[in-house]
Amino acid sequence: MRVKIFVSLKSGVLDPQGKAIERSLHTLGYSEVQDVRTGKYLELNIEASSYEAAESRIRQMCDKLLANPVIEDYRFEIEG
Amino acid sequence: MRWGVIIFPGSCDDQDVFDALKRDLGQKVKFLWHKDDLAGHFDCLVLPGGFSYGDYLRCGAVARFSPIMRGVLEFARRGGLVLGICNGFQILCESGLLPGALVRNAGLQFVCQQVMLRVEETDTPFTCEAKRGQLLKIPVKHGEGCYYADPVTLERLRKNHQILLRYVDSKGRPSPSANPNGSLDNIAGICNEGRNVFGLMPHPEDACNKLLGSEDGRKIFSSIAAACAQGEQRHA
Repeated sequence: MRVKIFVSLKSGVLDPQGKAIERSLHTLGYSEVQDVRTGKYLELNIEASSYEAAESRIRQMCDKLLANPVIEDYRFEIEG
Repeated sequence: MRWGVIIFPGSCDDQDVFDALKRDLGQKVKFLWHKDDLAGHFDCLVLPGGFSYGDYLRCGAVARFSPIMRGVLEFARRGGLVLGICNGFQILCESGLLPGALVRNAGLQFVCQQVMLRVEETDTPFTCEAKRGQLLKIPVKHGEGCYYADPVTLERLRKNHQILLRYVDSKGRPSPSANPNGSLDNIAGICNEGRNVFGLMPHPEDACNKLLGSEDGRKIFSSIAAACAQGEQRHA
């Protein structure tokens, strides 16, 4: 199964990279852009007997390593 | 007393800490390799600065799973003194030994400069030789040193007097302009509730010799040495 994981900063956490990107977009003329937030995107293959089994393993991986619950939220999609 | 300095792949201030302790403070120090189990008697373990595992994923995120960290967690649980400097601070936060997290500097740039710190609490093994309100000139060098904690955690830190160092200006005021990285409440260093684990972004090891422009970093190491000596006397 192919898994796509999206890690994003929690809403209260400062995102200076997002701010810099936003300023850059404004400079390029995209003045309609607001609230840019950066994050991480990971893809991986996993062998699992069922969708539920894969989901449980991925959740563990995110909680232990892939995201830091103090500053980040995550969500994922499982395909195939 | 015996000091252990842990080397992770990508650590780069391990030698600085070793030199400061051995040459400037005349202490007994041993290097410890991250792949080994923690063995032998130590009074204080130092997690030095650097870029462990290339800062991949998040600073300190991978290092916290190094084999030696199991021993470090157990050592801390038993009340052993653990000092995390810069990347070491990040590893301690990632491993849950300290609350909160260190994120990208608010100004996005890597900062490398002398900063002024104010000692906020002196009832810890890491600051017991300092005076409350004393100013220390110690350098910082980091890209991800902005301390963050949720409001509840931050309030708990204040209430329990766990904030040991704050960034201040030359007059000792924690102003926004004295804050090099956007840390909440100008926090430069915190300890755990048990007061035996301390993390700070500034580098006391780089301020132990006049040649380096300041000797104020000695206060941290000499406090630890004094606290350990007192502990040994109590046990004798």
